[in-house]
Amino acid sequence: MTDASATTPLDLNANAPRGQKPKKRFAPRNIMLYATLFVFAVYYALPLYVMIVTSLKGMPEIRLGNVFGPPLEVTFQPWVKAWSEACTGINCDGLSRGFWNSVQILIPSVVISIAVASVNGYALSNWRFKGSEIFYNILIIGAFIPYQVMLYPIAIILRELNLFGTLGGLVMVHTIFGMPILTLLFRNYFASVPEELFKAARVDGAGFWGIYFRIMLPMSLPIFVVAIILQVTGIWNDFLFGVIYTKPDIYPMTVQLNNIVNSVQGVKEYNVNMAATLITGLVPLVIYFASGKLFVRGIAAGAVKG
Amino acid sequence: MQSSVSIRELDLSFGSINVLKQLNLEVQDGEFLVLLGSSGCGKSTLLNCIAGLLDITDGQIFIKGKNVTWSEPSERGIGMVFQSYALYPQMSVEGNLSFGLKNAKMPKAEIKERVARAAKILQIEPLLKRKPGALSGGQRQRVAIGRALVREVDVFLFDEPLSNLDAKLRADLRVELKRLHQQLKNTMIYVTHDQIEALTLADRIAIMRNGVIQQLGTPNDIYKYPQTKYVADFIGSPAMNFIEGELKDGIVHTQDTQFDMQDYNFKESPKNGPVWFGIRPEHVLVGDSVQNARHSLSVLVDIVEPMGADTLVLTHLFGSPFRVRLDGQFSVKTGEQLPIGINTAACSLFDRESEQRL
Repeated sequence: MTDASATTPLDLNANAPRGQKPKKRFAPRNIMLYATLFVFAVYYALPLYVMIVTSLKGMPEIRLGNVFGPPLEVTFQPWVKAWSEACTGINCDGLSRGFWNSVQILIPSVVISIAVASVNGYALSNWRFKGSEIFYNILIIGAFIPYQVMLYPIAIILRELNLFGTLGGLVMVHTIFGMPILTLLFRNYFASVPEELFKAARVDGAGFWGIYFRIMLPMSLPIFVVAIILQVTGIWNDFLFGVIYTKPDIYPMTVQLNNIVNSVQGVKEYNVNMAATLITGLVPLVIYFASGKLFVRGIAAGAVKG
Repeated sequence: MQSSVSIRELDLSFGSINVLKQLNLEVQDGEFLVLLGSSGCGKSTLLNCIAGLLDITDGQIFIKGKNVTWSEPSERGIGMVFQSYALYPQMSVEGNLSFGLKNAKMPKAEIKERVARAAKILQIEPLLKRKPGALSGGQRQRVAIGRALVREVDVFLFDEPLSNLDAKLRADLRVELKRLHQQLKNTMIYVTHDQIEALTLADRIAIMRNGVIQQLGTPNDIYKYPQTKYVADFIGSPAMNFIEGELKDGIVHTQDTQFDMQDYNFKESPKNGPVWFGIRPEHVLVGDSVQNARHSLSVLVDIVEPMGADTLVLTHLFGSPFRVRLDGQFSVKTGEQLPIGINTAACSLFDRESEQRL
């Protein structure tokens, strides 16, 4: 050791590298990175910006044609009109009717589908029974069949059940169509819970429901948040089922929005249309902002084991 | 003594794979039985069958004289401790301990009393309000043992409970488990792949391989008189040395030497034929005692591994690797010739074909 250091003296220059390696702020790499990010950010943010500013302008200002300019005179009249005055067909009470319809469809659908799917996933991952794999595979295949194929058979089923054109019928359709993907989600999450935990609970004398409610449920908040987000956004944004299986009185918000925006009589009120669209998109947006962190955590947790 | 757990002709198969085959096992009341084997030998599977966590294909299981073959795990009078602790993460330590008792609808006062008693025995009283996430590995395993303890059952099942702990903690908890057994005098069935744990803890050890118990006996028996070559190879670290030989009229002929087996305790009158001649590294004599040995040889030292108290020496004898275990004070260097002595009384002879002890 001592011999080696004696023969090759260390480079003890005052400007020799020492400590943290300096980073250049305007390196080509950084410029590329930030430029790309900026372009993409603008690309995504611009339509939203146009919608917001347009919804705050009066019609005369819109006719000037300056799409990107900020409103010279801010007015909330279009928002008020979109919410409570806009006409669809003979009703002129705005989007508010559709909003409450959507809420009435959303809450039972989300609650029922998640309750059933979580028990499904729990049973499929922890209480394997004969044929459970086949059952699971059938369910998964269901997730890949396009909805359009099933529209007509479901219409017939609803008619036979006397549920066609009712809120209950639509809730049932949403519950059934949410089942495959939610079951998959829950099954994979519960499969990642150590098996010994389940065994320990059995030795401790807990049964099917005891283990579900006392052990599994308290551990699976993240995956429930994921399921809630998926279902809320999915059902809220649904247009197809809403327009087919309900009637004008109980149209969900999306269908009503479409009817407002696509109405052919009179002047196209761009500001009202923009405001109506923003109001409709508000619910999923709030959900995403409120639970973004939990969402990411849940997705990651469910993805570990398949 | 009364038998506590009794397993009769147990079969378990998954599809066409037989995991356990016609297995019989009697565990005495208050006995500490260790199921030992390498991974995949069926030891954990057997434990899960006893616990009722796996449905068996055929056979019967009795616990305390009661046929529990079809009973639920909670009705069998067992407590189980798992390798990964398997504590309920959302419950406090107290919640973990009382979960099973609450499920059994036990009065609150008694639950409280039992939890307090178990916590005292295991010295986890200050931890009762904490969540498992805030405990160290050793504390978690203590809580897991406590969860079995509060059930006040006759039989404890341990599934590799110390394997997730670091070496020092493992040694500490091993001693504690032994003390616990002496204090409670319950029947304990303990699965491990660690032979030190098996030898130190067990009243009897069952060595398993491919779903069959190869040998069931006291640690001393298993160490001194392994009944098959597999057991001889498995128990002891480093493993036993094996030399190919030919048994002829009580003398083992190897490549260039002969071992006279007149001190050896044959199980039955010896048959002539090919054999394995086995000797443990720690039974090879060195130094002054070589003169007194019946057979003496000289080997070339290839590698020396000092381990503090002992020194391991790797050499060759008749073309096969040969290990010798020396006292740590004994001075030996790579490349030296090391005189060794072998006493045939300490050896083991196995039939080369059936690998059974002769």
